[in-house]
Amino acid sequence: MECYIGIDLGSTTTKAVVMDEDYNVMGQGITNSRSNYDIAAGVAKHEALIDTRFMLFRNAMKNVTALGDKYEAFMDELERNFRLEQYLEQLIDLDETCTKASENTRYSEWGSDLSDALSGVFKRVTTEAPELFAPGAQRKSDFFRDIAGSQYSTISEEVAKQAETPFDVLLNIYDRSIIEVENRIYTETTNQNLMRALDRTLVNLPDLAPVASEVRTEVEKVLGIDLEETYVIGTGYGRARLPFSKDHIRSEILCHGLGAHIMYNDTRTVLDIGGQDTKAIQVDKDGIVESFQMNDRCAAGCGRYLGYIADEMNVGLHELGPIAMKSTRKVRINSTCTVFAGAELRDRLSLGENRSDILAGLHRAIILRAMSILSRSGGVHDQFTFTGGVANNEAAVTALRELIKENYGDVTINIDPDSIYTGALGGATFARRAVEGIPTEAVA
Amino acid sequence: MSVKEQASTVAEKEDSMWKQKEMINENYELLSTANERGQKVASTFVPGNINELLMCFDFARNFPETNALQNAMRKKSGGMIMEAEKIGHSEDVCTYVKADLGMMMKGNKGPTGLPMPDPDLLMLSYTGCFTFMKWFELVREQYPKCETAMLHVPYQADGNITKNMRDYVVKQLKEDIIPTMERVSGVKFDIDRLREYMIQSQKAEDDLVYVLQSAKNKPSPIDAYFGGVYYIGPIFTAFRGTTAATDYYATLRKEIEARVAAGLGPITPEGVMKEEKYRIVVEGPPNWTHFREFWKMFYDEGAVVVASTYTKVGGVYDNGFRHDPQNPLESLADYCLGCYTNLNLPARTDMLEKYVEDYQADGLLINSIKSCNSFSAGQLLMLREIEQRTGKPAAFIETDLVDPRYFSPANVKNRLESYFQMISQKRDRAA
Repeated sequence: MECYIGIDLGSTTTKAVVMDEDYNVMGQGITNSRSNYDIAAGVAKHEALIDTRFMLFRNAMKNVTALGDKYEAFMDELERNFRLEQYLEQLIDLDETCTKASENTRYSEWGSDLSDALSGVFKRVTTEAPELFAPGAQRKSDFFRDIAGSQYSTISEEVAKQAETPFDVLLNIYDRSIIEVENRIYTETTNQNLMRALDRTLVNLPDLAPVASEVRTEVEKVLGIDLEETYVIGTGYGRARLPFSKDHIRSEILCHGLGAHIMYNDTRTVLDIGGQDTKAIQVDKDGIVESFQMNDRCAAGCGRYLGYIADEMNVGLHELGPIAMKSTRKVRINSTCTVFAGAELRDRLSLGENRSDILAGLHRAIILRAMSILSRSGGVHDQFTFTGGVANNEAAVTALRELIKENYGDVTINIDPDSIYTGALGGATFARRAVEGIPTEAVA
Repeated sequence: MSVKEQASTVAEKEDSMWKQKEMINENYELLSTANERGQKVASTFVPGNINELLMCFDFARNFPETNALQNAMRKKSGGMIMEAEKIGHSEDVCTYVKADLGMMMKGNKGPTGLPMPDPDLLMLSYTGCFTFMKWFELVREQYPKCETAMLHVPYQADGNITKNMRDYVVKQLKEDIIPTMERVSGVKFDIDRLREYMIQSQKAEDDLVYVLQSAKNKPSPIDAYFGGVYYIGPIFTAFRGTTAATDYYATLRKEIEARVAAGLGPITPEGVMKEEKYRIVVEGPPNWTHFREFWKMFYDEGAVVVASTYTKVGGVYDNGFRHDPQNPLESLADYCLGCYTNLNLPARTDMLEKYVEDYQADGLLINSIKSCNSFSAGQLLMLREIEQRTGKPAAFIETDLVDPRYFSPANVKNRLESYFQMISQKRDRAA
């Protein structure tokens, strides 16, 4: 199968989208690895290709009529089991890497107690793994570093209490090893993991026994399909680091403009708030960029601002929006500087202001910055599409809706749940067009 | 290509460049010994400079803005700016001013390392930049004995020069500026000497206009911004009216004529530009601290600047104005009144529109200067207007003149590449 791939190397995450020759989105992949752009691009692409494989499974399984109403349950089980297999594979790697790291002379004073402690930790982390991927299980993140890190840290704290090994030594070993593990791409073993996931699925869903062989044949057939990387386009801040020629690189402005147009054909204004950039883009009816503005020299009002605030408040990034939504009273935060906003936050808290109200004010402050960039780019025109990581934050969206209405009246506001992939989607579209011989103009 | 090889390419191809370098170095040498030789020194600014008149009184001419940018190109301005900030100048103050004051505080050594002289006259031609006035007020504090002369040039608020405006400037020249210069220098004013200088100015101006307008060719033989700032060097500063400048422009013109005939593109620091992919009009001064790096972002992408407004800040000649030996004082007045900095927003917009059309440009780029309040105001409005009038894409970047802290290469490059790709996207569709 021909695959047209767009890769968006952002400052926080790297995203990839796979498109087929008919411009259908087949798969999406994301990684938070930022230690190395080449690796990040490789991981995101690999994930998007796995996702593509699952799309092919889904299509193939629809042909297995005997599956009937068990189709959804089967696919859900298969995907979770695959994630579990992937997780287990990386755990083994992490275990080996940690063990090797523990052999360093700097830890020699802990002797065999250390290796016992480590193997104890990994034994428990591995035993508890299936629970993390059980139906309905809530994971704070889908990234290996986050899941494994949180498990390792909780368990090793307990182990350290019992064993003769300090907790900080165990953590130190983990910190040295995780980057190494995170920087490996497991392309070779994907199919084995899929088959193992299938086995697990068939065990967990005994009802499927009658159709097991038919399902297995379909899965094997899909695994036999070669996912050919026909054309790859890179975009985003790290694009120059991609091992591609210049023809395979597009600016993120063009990619976001086109991506938003592909998602919503009537888009005229795009706002993208990412980790360190806020971009306001005006596009024409074909998704061609008319003008754009970005934040200069200062990243206040971008995603990292929220990350910083989350750290200051000691809550998860994804918890910020929901807390802010509980606000009942408007608190005005006027700081446009990320660091000052932290100071203002502490000041307000000490004055006894409500956490939700302050957070709502901070979200509004971010959007106010974006409003200024929007007006510099030529204002907001119908339809308006909001993309980037911050578009997933409910409180930011609420503030944006209010301010758009106040300043520009009734405008259709589009927010796609997959908006984080907008740039990569634009890239994939450019990749498809490049092969079709349409340099840049829109088709959709 | 090694740096040495590059230098030799430039040397072979551009005699004018070496000529200019010599002229600048000689002027710094002249300035460094002026006090001890008893030659009077005048400091003055580029826009609206009345260089020929200063020459009539044998003044050595010192241009503080040029010193600041020369220091920036030699990576010296950052420390100077921080020095000026120590005595209380805020982050938002014009960085030319801070670099100049910082240079004085750090021992007053000029860009070439030679000492700068004490000025005998601060000659302020007020042509639209309020900061110039404040700048000289600060310099005057350092040199209490130094005289200040101010030529007040009315702003072209309505977009044209009236007889009243011209008379007003001439009256100041006659009644205030010339008598002050006579007093400070001890030299009697001779209008015929002024006429002689203006004959030289005219010739140089004709050649300069040819050079700048050569960019109408495809490919353009010059870069009218990054190359352009070199071409305007002599005529915007101490040399307009000298035979050295006239010779420089005659040489330069010949070089450019040869390039046009050979169908060559501009010379960049990495050799002759191979393919002209984008023709851009630029508004706003360049960044001086990262000049080469900034330029590279253009030529690496095949972008040539075919016209710029910055190359008009020290005189707008492409609309036909020339210094006139027959009416020397009136033409000095017209020169000052017509400087780019003295034009209102509609006039600047008209000029940009004309450039985009006449030079068959792909679009307009504005490099807005963070610390230049008077010049940066209104630029977004101009950008929108040009987009509407020409239908060509425009883009906006922000850097600074001589403060290295305000040049963010990744951001600037990102916006430039986006802009060039946006042009190519639009062009593909049109085709």
